[in-house]
Amino acid sequence: MRREGSALSGVGTVILKELADNLTSTRMRLLELLIFVTGAGAAYSTIGAVKDQIGEYPFVFLLIFTSAHEPLPSFVGFLGFLIPIVAIALGFDAVNSEFNRRTMSRILAQPIYRDALLIGKFLAGLITLAVVLSALSALWLLVLGLGILLLGLPPNTDEVLRGLAFLVAAIAYGGVWLALAMLFSVIFRSAATAALAGLAVWLLFAFFWQMLVPIVTMAVAPPDPYDPISALRTIDVGMDISRLSPNTLFSEATLAFLSPTTRSLGPVLSSQVQGSIRGAPLPLGDSLMMVWPQLTALLATVILLFVIAYVLFQRQEVRA
Amino acid sequence: MSDAIIIAEQLTKAYGRAIAVDHLDLAIEKGEVFGLLGPNGAGKTTTILMLLGLTEPTSGRARIAGFDPLCQPLEVKRRAGYMPDQVGFYDNLSGIANLRYTARLSGIPTGEIDSRINAAIARVGLAEVAAKAVKTYSRGMRQRLAIAEILMKQAQIAILDEPTGGLDPQATREFLELIRSLKHDGMTILLSSHLLDLVQSVCDRVALFNAGRLGLIGRVNDLLRDVLGGSHVIRLEATGHGLDEAIRAVPGVKRMTVEGGIFRIETTDDLRPDIARAVVRAGGGLISIAAGHASLEEVYTQYFEGVRDAA
Repeated sequence: MRREGSALSGVGTVILKELADNLTSTRMRLLELLIFVTGAGAAYSTIGAVKDQIGEYPFVFLLIFTSAHEPLPSFVGFLGFLIPIVAIALGFDAVNSEFNRRTMSRILAQPIYRDALLIGKFLAGLITLAVVLSALSALWLLVLGLGILLLGLPPNTDEVLRGLAFLVAAIAYGGVWLALAMLFSVIFRSAATAALAGLAVWLLFAFFWQMLVPIVTMAVAPPDPYDPISALRTIDVGMDISRLSPNTLFSEATLAFLSPTTRSLGPVLSSQVQGSIRGAPLPLGDSLMMVWPQLTALLATVILLFVIAYVLFQRQEVRA
Repeated sequence: MSDAIIIAEQLTKAYGRAIAVDHLDLAIEKGEVFGLLGPNGAGKTTTILMLLGLTEPTSGRARIAGFDPLCQPLEVKRRAGYMPDQVGFYDNLSGIANLRYTARLSGIPTGEIDSRINAAIARVGLAEVAAKAVKTYSRGMRQRLAIAEILMKQAQIAILDEPTGGLDPQATREFLELIRSLKHDGMTILLSSHLLDLVQSVCDRVALFNAGRLGLIGRVNDLLRDVLGGSHVIRLEATGHGLDEAIRAVPGVKRMTVEGGIFRIETTDDLRPDIARAVVRAGGGLISIAAGHASLEEVYTQYFEGVRDAA
């Protein structure tokens, strides 16, 4: 059966409405406050760490993002925590709130397809996330980078491109959590349940995954003490399991983009580093090649989660 | 039936083994006010959703203004306005902002949006509160805002699900007045309700629904005659002994019930003079006598009791 008319008519309207909602909501103010407070903490730790390395490291501007002063996390580290929270906060009540406010049937009675509503809401969330992340990164650079700039150290092209690549990876990572939160908002009619489900998954990957990985690895591929190659295999299996978590994928992508000296994400044999110059940075293209699978996996997860949410939403009864 | 604007043919919706709507045939003509009547859970809302293309029928088909809601839902939804049961709006936005959103979704040209919204809002009498957030609106105001939305779309058809649910009598009266004025403009209106009095006063034709099946369909007066076998009801207030027999003896009296000194007499004709005479002759004190209308409520009760007994 063929349906007439574009599935996308009305998407623009939905995006604009949702964007306005997202950016003016009280929820957003709270998140901004959270970001500001954690940001201030990270700034303090960064300044201490960067000071020691100026003049020794060619990518000072990237350092602003990655260096940390224990026990506080780096800017990137705290983004790794914050992005999922922001994304879940943007998506957990996307669909169920329309049902709870009893606006769903009225909106769907307008000449649009359901596709437009779901796609519009998702894109609006993604744009909000992108705006927040870009603004945050720009602000961060402005505050901390200005000092370095005044010293007469302009950022080079490579640094700028790497920064942008990082931003893309961060948005894809946020997209995973946004799609997950929206999936839960389709499944659970109660917004609180959907939010809790999203946070539970986040908790699993943020804290428990790294504890689970060694246990599972040892069960699946225990190293054979008489076969040194099997130890390598254990490490590989462990990394594969660890990469089921979007957090791992994101942190590896971040590592490759923001620490140009990273040459490999897995174990490296001494034969493989023979003849290489220690600490020499990789060109951006090579860094990109290294984490291309990670980026693809993040994107694929976004698409997969969105498709599941889409199918479930299409089959849902409109009546509340 | 050449003028039928809403057509359902053998429309069926099953949820697993439960059948919500069972082979429904319906033809509603242009400019008609049509009432779908039935208890909660009779399949009224499901029927409406299928007509609008918001739910897929299990079998059968529907046509709205010549379009198939299944394949051409956008065309259907462009021509039909829908007011759901317990309609909701975005509470933090004003009435105007809510309508502006749906206006854009309906693809109304940008230049016309504001003038159409203002006209619609003035028509339903919300001009003074239109700029206020919807959370300050009463139930009745929300319903009227929903009607304004239908007016703004310049829909040919208005489909209203339980339009007076939860309204107080005053608000109900105003709302019915609004529906009548829409009819006057030539809009076709399909409304569902379990409040029979309401439907009786505004609908041209009604369909009685029960358990997914269409029981009776026709003009209100015809139904009254067909089911009750006579549309005359006389309310009599009188005192005295032995009035029962005296009244029953009047030729043409079919049934009679007494409640607190008030007699409710069903007759084949307007027998007020005969009954008054009978009361006086029996030595009773006649306090008042009036012709009442048999209400749809009775048709409904009687019809569905019959259905239940037959089952």
